[in-house]
Amino acid sequence: MDLLDKFDSIVAQRTALPFEEADPFTVVMDKIISETEAIINGRPTILAGTNNYMGMTFNQEALEAAHKALDDFGTGTTGSRVLNGTYGSHKTLEARIAEFYGVEHCMVFSTGYQANLGMISTLAGKNDYVIIDADSHASIYDGCAMGNATIVRFKHNDVAQLERRLKRLPEDAGKLLVVEGIYSMLGDSAPLKEILELGKEYGCETLVDEAHSMGFCGEKGRGIAEDLGVEHMVDYIVGTFSKSVGTIGGFAVSNHPKFDVLRLVCRPYVFTASLPPSVVASAIASIEAISRAGNRRAHLWENAKMLHGGLKEAGFDLATEKAESPIIAVCLPDIETATHFWENLLKEGVYVNMAVPPATPVGYNLMRVSICAQHTTEQVQEIITRFINTAKKINLKLGNA
Amino acid sequence: MATAETLEKIYALIEPVNRKSCQLAPETSFAVDLELDSLTVMDLVADIEDEFDIVIPLNILPDLETIVQVADAVEKIVAENE
Ligand SMILES: Cc1ncc(COP(=O)(O)O)c(C=O)c1O
Repeated sequence: MDLLDKFDSIVAQRTALPFEEADPFTVVMDKIISETEAIINGRPTILAGTNNYMGMTFNQEALEAAHKALDDFGTGTTGSRVLNGTYGSHKTLEARIAEFYGVEHCMVFSTGYQANLGMISTLAGKNDYVIIDADSHASIYDGCAMGNATIVRFKHNDVAQLERRLKRLPEDAGKLLVVEGIYSMLGDSAPLKEILELGKEYGCETLVDEAHSMGFCGEKGRGIAEDLGVEHMVDYIVGTFSKSVGTIGGFAVSNHPKFDVLRLVCRPYVFTASLPPSVVASAIASIEAISRAGNRRAHLWENAKMLHGGLKEAGFDLATEKAESPIIAVCLPDIETATHFWENLLKEGVYVNMAVPPATPVGYNLMRVSICAQHTTEQVQEIITRFINTAKKINLKLGNA
Repeated sequence: MATAETLEKIYALIEPVNRKSCQLAPETSFAVDLELDSLTVMDLVADIEDEFDIVIPLNILPDLETIVQVADAVEKIVAENE
């Protein structure tokens, strides 16, 4: 038995997809022109699927800080945070994030994926429960799989179903309730107030993943919990530098007085090398810039609303009623149509994410558009126009036709 | 093995999603016989949880392939709760 035989059906499914030249899963960015443009297959292309919400990848201060750190401290730390991999800048970054969130403690991980993996698997042990939303990101599911807790799942954003499940759990058991602020595929937000109130009523500690809401939700850009004024009910916030912050890395913040013990027992923190100094330096500069980026935030929301409004008016089937985030997901009837649409849209010069199961909730075949604060109004209009042209080209029937 | 009563309750919950009109039996499998997709399975699990007022942990779902396996698991969880 060949060990890779078990994936034959997946390979077959992939090869059956009707794309002609460009495969949505093997796209190569030949050249990055700016936060919003790249050369793909030799063509200038508008980037509308990068998670680069705040457009920080070419932020001048972040670039300069990274260059300097590279020269001063080298290309990498070659070690774990608990051995030789903690530099002064790692501590500074943690202090800055704690300050940004107005909390006591912060731990920086090498990715957001590892932050979820580590926090969930470590916080919830053998006799504890983790309660998760069914549409949770893979890193949350994997954190559950890595730990020894009992996992309870509730239907996406279904507060009543959550309560029925919380009621059935032993009163005195340790419970960790995990939700996201904005869900990454459909771009919809969680009814965080209701969920957190229930969690607290039933004795849960709560963890909110703000990966897709940090930077532009809330007055200071901390995320949905800030926006809704419910941060006092959140015990742990997890976030990433790979989206609004424009680099790579992850973090967890908390006011829990015993938080620092996690540095000793959280395996995805201990058993991997720390972030390189240049990344740390750019993250510090970028978070600093984000905290003063009120105008950029406002423009991002304008862009998101314009895109949502334009696509809706054109008759596209959108995953959310209004723009709840800079993620606008266009629903297509099946994976073949999605592949076709995606390839033709790319030929029109717009890159979006094609998102299909298992990355999406079952039944969703999406053109996942994520908008950037640096997109100009003209670019947003251009994206809408090219969506409409693509629909015509592949004979996709739009809602108002 | 699970009692007829438990099985009947579970059959009743499956019936609305039994689009292929399979004859339901203890050994009927969710994926192979009923061809339920994962979303339907998830809703079904939630219905079973609500019917019996229990929590079926996600951890044990991969081991539950047939109706009788679910019924047995349900009875075990109900007994543990008492
Ligand atoms: C909700 C959520 N959490 C965590 C992550 C992981 O982030 P990172 O790219 O830093 O590993 C992602 C990104 O894919 C995400 O969407």
